This record gives sequence, structure tokens and C-alpha cells, in this order.
Amino acid sequence: MSFPWLTVALLLPLVGGAVVALLPRAGGQLPKMVALGVSVATLVLVVAMTTQYDVGGGMQFVEEHVWIEAFGAYYALGVDGLGLAMVLLTVILSPVVILASWDDADEGRWSTNAFFGWMLALEGLAIGVFAATDVFLFYVLFEATLIPIYFLIGGFGGPERAHAALKFLIYSLFGGLIMLAAVIGLYAVSAGSDGGPTYLLRELSGLPIEQNTGRWLFVGFFIAFAVKAPMFPVHTWLPDATSQGTPGTSVLLVSILDKIGTFGMLRFCLGLFPEASRWATPVVLALAAVSVLYGALLAIGQNNIPRLIAYTSISHFGFIVLGIFVFNSQGQAGSILYMFNHGLSTAALFLVTGFLIKRRGSQLISDFGGVEKVAPVLAGLMLVAGLSSLSLPGLAPFVSELLVMVGAFVYSPLLAAVVVPGVVLAALYILLMYQRTMTGPTAPAVEGMADLKVREVSALAPLVLLIVLLGFYPTPLLDVINPSVADTLSYVGVTDPAPAVAGGTEAGQ
Amino acid sequence: MSNLLLPLAEGGAPPVIEPVAGDGVLGLLWLIILLPLAGAAILLVGGRRTDAFGHLVGTATTAGSFVLGVLAFLGLNGMEEGERTVSQTVFTWFSAGDWTVELSLLLDPLSVLFVLLITGVGSLIHLYSIGYMEHDVRRRRFFGYLNLFVAAMLMLVMAGDYLGVFLGWEGVGLASYLLIGFWQHKTSAAVAAKKAFVVNRVGDMGLVLAVGLLFATFGTTSFAEISMMSAEASQGVMTAVGLLLLLAACGKSAQVPLQSWLLDAMEGPTPVSALIHAATMVTAGVYLVVRSNFIFEYAPSAQTTVVVVGCVTLLWGAVIGCAKDDIKKVLAGSTMSQIGYMMLAAGLGVVGYAFAIFHLITHGFFKAQMFLGAGSVMHAMDDDVDMRHYGALRKVMPITTITFLAGYLAIIGVFPFAGFWSKDKIIEAAFEVSYVAGAAALIGAAVTAFYMTRLMLMTFVGKKRWDDKVHPHESPLTMTIPLIVLGLAAAFGGVLILGEWIVHWLEPVVGVHGEPELFVPVWVLTGIVTLTVILGIAVAYLLFGREDIPREQPQDVSEITRAARADLYGDLVNEEIFMRPGQSLVGGLATFDKTVVDGAVERGSLGMGGLSDFSRRLQNGFVRSYAAGLLAGAVVLVLAIALVTVA
Repeated sequence: MSFPWLTVALLLPLVGGAVVALLPRAGGQLPKMVALGVSVATLVLVVAMTTQYDVGGGMQFVEEHVWIEAFGAYYALGVDGLGLAMVLLTVILSPVVILASWDDADEGRWSTNAFFGWMLALEGLAIGVFAATDVFLFYVLFEATLIPIYFLIGGFGGPERAHAALKFLIYSLFGGLIMLAAVIGLYAVSAGSDGGPTYLLRELSGLPIEQNTGRWLFVGFFIAFAVKAPMFPVHTWLPDATSQGTPGTSVLLVSILDKIGTFGMLRFCLGLFPEASRWATPVVLALAAVSVLYGALLAIGQNNIPRLIAYTSISHFGFIVLGIFVFNSQGQAGSILYMFNHGLSTAALFLVTGFLIKRRGSQLISDFGGVEKVAPVLAGLMLVAGLSSLSLPGLAPFVSELLVMVGAFVYSPLLAAVVVPGVVLAALYILLMYQRTMTGPTAPAVEGMADLKVREVSALAPLVLLIVLLGFYPTPLLDVINPSVADTLSYVGVTDPAPAVAGGTEAGQ
Repeated sequence: MSNLLLPLAEGGAPPVIEPVAGDGVLGLLWLIILLPLAGAAILLVGGRRTDAFGHLVGTATTAGSFVLGVLAFLGLNGMEEGERTVSQTVFTWFSAGDWTVELSLLLDPLSVLFVLLITGVGSLIHLYSIGYMEHDVRRRRFFGYLNLFVAAMLMLVMAGDYLGVFLGWEGVGLASYLLIGFWQHKTSAAVAAKKAFVVNRVGDMGLVLAVGLLFATFGTTSFAEISMMSAEASQGVMTAVGLLLLLAACGKSAQVPLQSWLLDAMEGPTPVSALIHAATMVTAGVYLVVRSNFIFEYAPSAQTTVVVVGCVTLLWGAVIGCAKDDIKKVLAGSTMSQIGYMMLAAGLGVVGYAFAIFHLITHGFFKAQMFLGAGSVMHAMDDDVDMRHYGALRKVMPITTITFLAGYLAIIGVFPFAGFWSKDKIIEAAFEVSYVAGAAALIGAAVTAFYMTRLMLMTFVGKKRWDDKVHPHESPLTMTIPLIVLGLAAAFGGVLILGEWIVHWLEPVVGVHGEPELFVPVWVLTGIVTLTVILGIAVAYLLFGREDIPREQPQDVSEITRAARADLYGDLVNEEIFMRPGQSLVGGLATFDKTVVDGAVERGSLGMGGLSDFSRRLQNGFVRSYAAGLLAGAVVLVLAIALVTVA
């Protein structure tokens, strides 16, 4: 039997998290060092695994063991291009977040050990979610991720953290409950088939599902994922959560956990219910387009920095969902790449503004002004993070947003025209925030504010490097993503439309 | 205006772009961009360690690119006329489905002229900035941004693909943002920088959609491939692409209706205004139209629209230039107007492409010269920009005055200065196609002569009006040498048209235009143009040359003057149509989100008796109830499944 890469990648942070939690409370730097070490080890492990990945080889590093025979549930893991991209994102961001959050738990409700322990637990569970190829296992892990994030928000954050944590939880449980119904329904379908009950994705995807049943089940999954992503109109938990959680928690939440929503749409909605996915397309695209513009407009109106970033993400998730449901190569490849890039750029934005907020003790834009003069490095990094969020060419998110836009155009020029003002609004929400916090005369309250420390710069550096690198050379990632998109599209049964003018040699393709 | 709709047949189909691989220096195209980019990286990442020598690195890398550019030009010149198109694929940028975008560079007779202009004028402005920014503690960063600009601008003009253009396009937008806001401790500078970026983004929507439409139509965005297929596309599609590209061009080149940012952009240091907001970046829109001749030649209605935009803007900017007292804003209005001329020429098609580029180059010389001259004056006047506080500066700043005079004579089009040749050609070409466009260009020439004469009189002539505290002096050599070089270029730049050189040089790219057919002999038209210019000068002299200029701006002025002082109400329109309704929308949506969307949740529509109850219980320490909830959920799950199985 080959090496169980994914199981080890899942267990390493989970066990590491437990160890960190059990370390002596007055351990000083020890729990932090151990947490960082574990997350770096996980990163190394997954990178080593990636070198073994066969581009275009379909689902890989597969592990399958019967778990609950009566349900047809398996402990089944595996990654294709989509899963690998998400697992990579998770293991890259985790050490960054731990390093950036070094002192953030010192005044929390619970111990530092708990904070970093929960973070590692979350990393492990997220890896599991992205690698699960069994619907039941996915569901269990999907719900399990709520536990660490609930404690991270509720235990270490702002004054309204309890309310925010509960709101997040209820929203998620609401979505989860609907998904549970769909999961059970799926069981009913598979139990009635010739092969007996199964939750294995590869077996379910071949299963004939009656049209109406398929549509109902699709809706069940989709609502849960739309809450998770989040999309308009089920988004209001996100701004509350990000404004109350620590910056690190917000990164884990928005950059990683929210991706489960869009990941799930691709893997389960499209992967199990292709007919229903196409049936629902007009409604989904409308919601996505509304999310793009609505999120951006609300971001412009925010005076609270973490809430602002939350709304920008709602706008970005609109783009991602849009790309998934235009059903062409450009759109879907753009979406998956977007999921990865948005993870990087939003992480950078949350962390750098987190450093800013911590120095001033306020999240309000109006409490700042002229910071560039006293903290130029902080200002510069915030600008880079902001520019990547507004998809400046040369930075990673540009390629993905452009691919989604072009995919949207190929689907319908009107759709592209409706969402294209998003690029202007993005410039407004980022540059207004930058202008109000960083430029102008230096506000008295920020005089003497210290610039970034070495640790803080070190946490941001890998993100900025990756953002620039992937801005010019996203090819390695796209090489992994493209075959996975081709598989999805051929499974759904669509082919890219040929260009209107078939050029010379390629005619007749 | 039906006579504006050009027949396609005239020069035949636009030439197809068929590049070959280059050798020698032509195989090192990437290095031309990499040099200034590396300079920017060293200065911006290196931080304070590079303070001492940063300006030298910045200047040397740009000058290095200029040398490479000259060698590349000589290389192209040595090739057969039809084969002067060299390309180089640096690497594959990205690919998805059947779409692969190469990061490819293209050097042909068109782009090499831009390379020379950008790196040539760029080097001079770097040199000038060493002196101009000497006392600024952030000089190193200034040079870093300037280098970033040069690299991005080179990317823009050397790209072989619309996506590569886009990379440079927004790259120069970023550099422009950083440099307009260079003195960002001033709120006005920060606001102007943001405005420039946002207005440009409005134009960039056009570029995004154009890329989408090009891909949907041709399956590619590469110039070479599209130029091969463009004859097969429908006219409707080509018109749409043309209009979308025009929208982008309007943003970058400050053409009506996206002109409003350019006047505010004068908040940036003056060398920036010279390089970015006069000589190079703002002309990118003209480049885009000429580069896309294989689109526009198949989209006559889009061409007509380009002509209309050009005509409106050339008058619009000129009128604004007449009423401003801020020397930089006069020049900014003038820039807008001169780019209007270029747009007009570019919209005329084969008749005008070469002259658009010719005027673009001579304008690059004389306008950069005058901006740097204005900078020299401001340097002498303690950064005062109000011409009402100047007067009689010719006595204390002889070099600045004489070089500025060269720029002045060039822009108003006096024989034999550069602008005489290039502007005349555009007016001729305009008349050849449409009397309306010709008349607009002719009137523009008179107004140009008026406002530039006004500027000269108020600044260098008359009585001194400056405070006794101010002690104007001639600028140091690093500043005056660029002034002299550019002054010479403004005086003699017309040589490019000798023997129709530039027209023939560009023919492989833009196509061949036969003998012009005018309603009068060319020399008559030249005479008419010269007379209108003299008229403009005379009116300005009568108004501003004979009487003392008041130090305070007179308020009892005509409606037109008032409107021109307010930038023809461009900002007011934007505020009323976009900003205020936009702000209400944002405010309304924020309330809607809070009270309706979130309110529905917060008020307990989940049927759980409201969140407040829960949160109160939670704060009492019942956190573990979640675990119980999870357990209960699991039990429900198992029961449900068991039920289904039994049934």
C-alpha cells in the first residue's frame, strides 16, 4: 500500500493541536513555537506530496476504507486539481497565520494554548474537508470545522464576539441542517439502486437520479454552500464574524473555510447533480452578479476595516460562483484560481490591517489618517495587499478575475457587462480606505505609531511573494487546475463554444 | 457627417502583423523592459539603504534602455522594409481551455518610435529630477516609482497581445497613482491620485470587455493572430470592439467624457507631469487606436466616434487652458487638447495614423519641455504656480525663457518649429475627410495660440509681480540641460517629416495613403492656418500684453470664463450624475443590509426565539451546550437514516 499522504496531512495538525492544548499553560513561547513547527511540518509534507502529483492523472493519493457499512459510508480521501489547490492554500496560510497571530491570544478569554490548538485543529479538519471523496465523511468534517472556528471567535476577539460567534454558528447549522437533509436523501437514492447504499463520490456520480429528486437534493447542498461562501442574501454573519474575531481567525474563516462553499459547489453540486446545476444556472448567476455589486457597494460604505474586507470578499465570492456556473473552461479555471488567489490576497489584507488596528486600538477608518508618514512599510504592504484585492495586473488575482470575466462574456455578453462595474467599485473601496487611513496629515492619535516588526514583515513576505509570482506565472497552478476543469465540464456535458471566427488552421475544431 | 464614414477600400486591408524572431539586440527585447524594472525593484525593496545612490540607479537603468532602444531601432532600420516586425515570447503567462496567453513582445516601426520617446524623454526627465527633487527626503522612492512607470509604459507599447497591453496599461496607471499622490501628506494630492485611478478604471472596463469580445470572436487576443483574421469578423463586432477600446483610450488619454482627472493630476511633482501626464502615458490611448488599426479599419462608425471625441476634446481642453491662472493647469488643458488632435488624426484612419504618431512625438518633445520649464519657474518661485504672481521672469531666467520659447513656438505651430509640421498635417488630413473636423482643428489652432501667448506674457514678459520675499534664479545644470535638449528637439523635431520619412517608416504598420486631395492647394491651407495662429497671438497680446496683469483673479468675468475656470463643469457633472447618487445608493444599501437583510435574521426569523436569548444564555457560560447540540444532531441523523433504511 502506498503512503497515506492525506491521512498523515490531516492527522499531523490535529494531533499537533492536541499536543499544543495539553502543553503547560505557563509555557511562554513554547506552545507558539510548537504550533508553528507543526504547521510548517504539514506544509513540507504537503509540498512533498505535491511533487508526487501527476498532472492530469485525475483523483490521486486515494485512500478508501469502509467506515459505516450500513450507510455505505467510507473513510475515503483523494485530491484532484481542485482539491490539491485548496489543500495547498490551507497549508500555506496556516503557518503564516500562526506567525502573524503570535501575541493575539495573550489577552484572550482562554489560554494561548487553546488558541493555537484550535487553529491547528482547524487546519487538519480543513484538509480533510478538501480531500474527502465520500459525501458522508465530507458532511461530518464540514460540520466539525464549526467547532474550532466557534471557539476561536467566541474566545479570542472583540467585545461582541459571543454574539458574532453564535450568529455564525446558527447560520452554519441552518445551512448544515439543510445539507443533512440532502445527504440523507442521497442515501435514500443510492440505497435504492442496484449497488446498495454508498456515499462514495465516484460511485454516486454514475448513479441515475430522477430529475425532480436531483433538483431537490441540489438545492439542499447549494443552500448550505451559499451560506458558507457566503452569497447574497445569506451573508450577514460574515461582517460580524470578521469584526469580532482576531485577524488570524478572520483569515482562517474567509480565506480557507469559506472556500468550502465554492469548493462544494464544484465538487458536489456539479459533481453529483449536473442536470440540476444547469437547471439552476439562471438563478445562481443572478445571485452571483448581485453579490459582486452588492458586496462592493457595501464595502464602499463601511467605516469599519474588517467589515469592509468582509464585504469585499462577498463581492469576490460572487465572481467565483459566477465563474463556476458559466460552464466554460475560462470561467471555471478562473474560479478555482480565484479561490486560491483570493485566499492569499485577503489573508494579506486582513493581517496587515490587523497590525494597523492593533497599534491604534480601533477598527474605524475615521480614527486613522496619515499613517504612511509614520509607518511607511506598513503602508506599502497594505497598498500591495489592496492592489491585489482590486485585481491589478501583475498581481495574482488579476489573472483569475480576468478569466472569470472572459468566461462570463463567452456565456453572455450582457452578464459580463452587468458585473464589469465591479472593477471600478473595487478601486473605490480599496483606494478610499487607503486614502483615509494612510494619506493626508498625520492624525494626532497615530503620531509615534511604530512601523512593522520583523516578525510581522516575515509573516506577510511569503504572501506578497506568492501574489507577485502567481501574478506573472500562474502556470504551475493552472496546469493542475485545467485538467480538473476539463473533467468537470465533460462530466456535466458541455463543451466550450468555438470562436465566432474560426481561424485558419484551427477551423473545424 | 456621412462624409466621415470612410470607405474601406482606400489603402486596401490593413497590413497583417507577421513577426519574425529577432537576433542580436532584437533578441533582447525583454532587457529593454527589465532594466528599469530592476531599477524599480532595487529602489523600492532596498529601502533606505539605497537612499544615497538611488537616483543614479534610476537614471542609469533608464538611459541603458534608451541605448538598447537606439540599437534596436538601428537593427530594424537595417532590415527589409516589409520585414521590420520582430517578436519574442518571454513565457506563457496563462492558459485555460483553448486560450493561451503568451507574454510576448513585439517591436515594429510603430512601437520602436514609442520605445525611443519613452526612454529618451524618460532619461532626460530622470536627469532633471535629480536636481528638482534634491531636497525631498523621499527622492529615492520617487525614482523607484519613475522607473516602475518607464518599465510599465515600455510593456504597454511593446506587448504583442492585448493582455500584455493591459498589464502595462494598469501598470502605468499604478505609477501615475503613486506619483500624483507622491506628496500624499497633502489631502488634495491623495484625492487627485485616487480620482485618476478610479476614472481610469472606468475606461478599463472597456478593455476588459474588449478582451472578452475578442476572445469570443477570434479565440485569441494576440495582435498577429487577430490581424490575420480581422477581415472575417462582422462589422458589428468590430464596431463594438472599437468603441470599447475607445472607452479605455478616453480614460487613459483624458478625452471627454473621462477627462476630469488630468487637471487634478497636476498635484504630482512637475517632472511627473512632464513625463507621464504630457509626453507618454496620456498618449497611450492614441497608441491603442493606431495599434488596433486592424480593428478600426473594419469599424467605420467606431472611427467616426473617435474623430468626434478628438474634436470635442481638442476644443474642450483649449477652452480650459484659456482661463486658468495655474501654469501647470494651462499646460494640462493644453495636453488634453493636443491629444484631442492626435485622436482626431487616429480616427481618420490611414489618412491620419502616421500624423497622429508624428504629432504625438513632437508633442512629447515640446510639452515635456514646457512642463519642465514650468517646473524650473516653480523652483525659482518657491513652488508658486499662480502666473499672476510671475511676470518679467525672462530677466532672471534666461535659459528657461529661451527654451520655453522654443516649446511655445512649437506648440502654436510657427514655421519651422516641430509643431508647425505635425499640427498642419493633422489639419490637412481632417479637411481631407470632413469640413467639420477640419474646422474644429483650425479653431483649436487659434485658441492654442491664444492661451499659450497668454501664458508666455503672464510668465516671462511684463512687469514683475512677485513678492520681495521671493528671489527667482536660474535652475542648476541638471535641470537646464534637459531643458536645452528638449528645446532643441521642439525646434527641430519637424525633420522627421523630411522626405515624408515618418510616413514611409510607419507604412508597413498602418498602410499606404495616396496623394492627399484637398479643396484648396496645400500652401493655401497652410497660409490659412498661419493666419489663424497670428489672430490668436494678436488677441492675446491685446488683452494681456499691453496692460498690467492684476495680482488677484478678476471676478467680473463672462460666463464662458467662469465655466472654463470650473473645467467646463466636468467635475460638477460627475458629482451630480455619479457621485451623489452613488453615495445615496451606498448609504441606502447599508441601511437595507442592516435592517432588512440582517434584521430578518437578528429578529429571530430563524424560529428560535431570537438570537438575544441565545446570546444571553451563552454569556452565562453554557458554551458546552453546543457539544450537546452536536450530539443531538448526530442522534437525529442516525435515527433518520435508520428510519429510511427500515422503510
